[in-house]
Amino acid sequence: MRQKAHELLSSGAVGAVLAWEKGELPYDTSPAVFRDAEALDKMVYNGFCGSNLSKYLIEQGKQDEKVLVFLKPCDTYSLNQLLSENRVAREKLHIIGIGCKGKLDVEKLRTQGIKGITGIEENETLKIQTLYGDHELPREDVLLEKCLSCKGKDHKVYDELIGEDLSADTEQGDKYAKVAELEGQTPAERFAFWRGELSKCIRCNACRNTCPSCTCLKCVFDNAHSGVAAKVNATEFEENMFHIIRAFHVAGRCSDCGECSRVCPQGIPIHLLNRKFIKDISGFYGEFQAGETAELNSPLLCYDLEDAEPNIISKREGDN
Amino acid sequence: MQVKDQNFKPLVVSFCCNWCSYAGADLAGSSRLEYPAEVKIIRIPCSCRVDPLFVLRAFQRGADGVIINGCHPGDCHYTSGNYFTRRRMTLLFSMLDYLGIERERTRLEWVSAAEGARFAKVMNEFVGKLHEMGANKRLGDIRCKE
Repeated sequence: MRQKAHELLSSGAVGAVLAWEKGELPYDTSPAVFRDAEALDKMVYNGFCGSNLSKYLIEQGKQDEKVLVFLKPCDTYSLNQLLSENRVAREKLHIIGIGCKGKLDVEKLRTQGIKGITGIEENETLKIQTLYGDHELPREDVLLEKCLSCKGKDHKVYDELIGEDLSADTEQGDKYAKVAELEGQTPAERFAFWRGELSKCIRCNACRNTCPSCTCLKCVFDNAHSGVAAKVNATEFEENMFHIIRAFHVAGRCSDCGECSRVCPQGIPIHLLNRKFIKDISGFYGEFQAGETAELNSPLLCYDLEDAEPNIISKREGDN
Repeated sequence: MQVKDQNFKPLVVSFCCNWCSYAGADLAGSSRLEYPAEVKIIRIPCSCRVDPLFVLRAFQRGADGVIINGCHPGDCHYTSGNYFTRRRMTLLFSMLDYLGIERERTRLEWVSAAEGARFAKVMNEFVGKLHEMGANKRLGDIRCKE
């Protein structure tokens, strides 16, 4: 990867490289733009590069230069969505698709009591060196939530593919399992569940900022007159309000990349709101995956004469 | 067992499309059909004008139920507005339900200008149901109560 980036950057074929940069600790990686071939030494790609680089291309695309970007298979769905909405110009991108075996969640390592990590070797199992001794554990135990229901290993949009075996498949979890479980509960139970989760919200807006579908230049949450502007939630109502609005704004556009839950400092399962919309859309209006193609085809931008009436939600099986 | 408050008067916000349902409500009135006085009608140019935020805002300000009335599918004054409403509101109501706001508190109905009787019937049903369910305590904003 680094070699390829070096080649393209020094030959002038691209003006910048968008990739991940090594941080202070072995599990620290952050998205970074490299403009200098020498700086590429800091570039890194490992199990902690879970962040989706697609959204950074909006800002990068404003420069008058070509950008080299590395995308994992699931990131390409988000990019396709951005392309379909003309947020990013395809001709300014050089996309290199890279393989992914599922990304790791450092929070899950921490909850297993693994602290003071000094080094990590990634193979079939993880060998973790810490200040307090070594650990070895299977990869599956500490995957990011989003990787538990992988969308597949195919890149939907790319210029070239490099790297490891791309067909290696991970376990395909049922992404609607938790949604279905909640649907099976009574309204009071559901309310209690969401009350508990959403009341943790500190309105840092990280979920909005990281979301590759939240791309409005002016966001309703930044409009002081909207009544839902960015500020600490004062009441339990505002927590609901913020999350419903946020989820609704990306309904039909969310590719279920799971970034919202990954970045949430409070650990709120925000993706469950998005998945509810995806489940409903797929159930009512036909199977739908945002970002499958670069065509604009959001189910909320079209209609069918034979669409179900809203009372369909009262008739669904298995919930009450 | 939950003790019902006999004096409970639900606050119902009814969004009515200017071309069909608003005229339907008018007809209900001029035909002297009774429907609950708790229903507060807001006239909108098309059911499609209802931003999901409006529904949430109504609940925030203390509504116990929100009902959106539009032209029958195929009869929209703007050709296709109500088809979009249908998809949008189905998803919104489903989401509210998912968050624990009972699905009986939200409703989308098609009422034409000639259906005064239907308007009254729908409102009576809807408000009757809200009477059974009691006040909406789950989405109200405490700061908005007097």
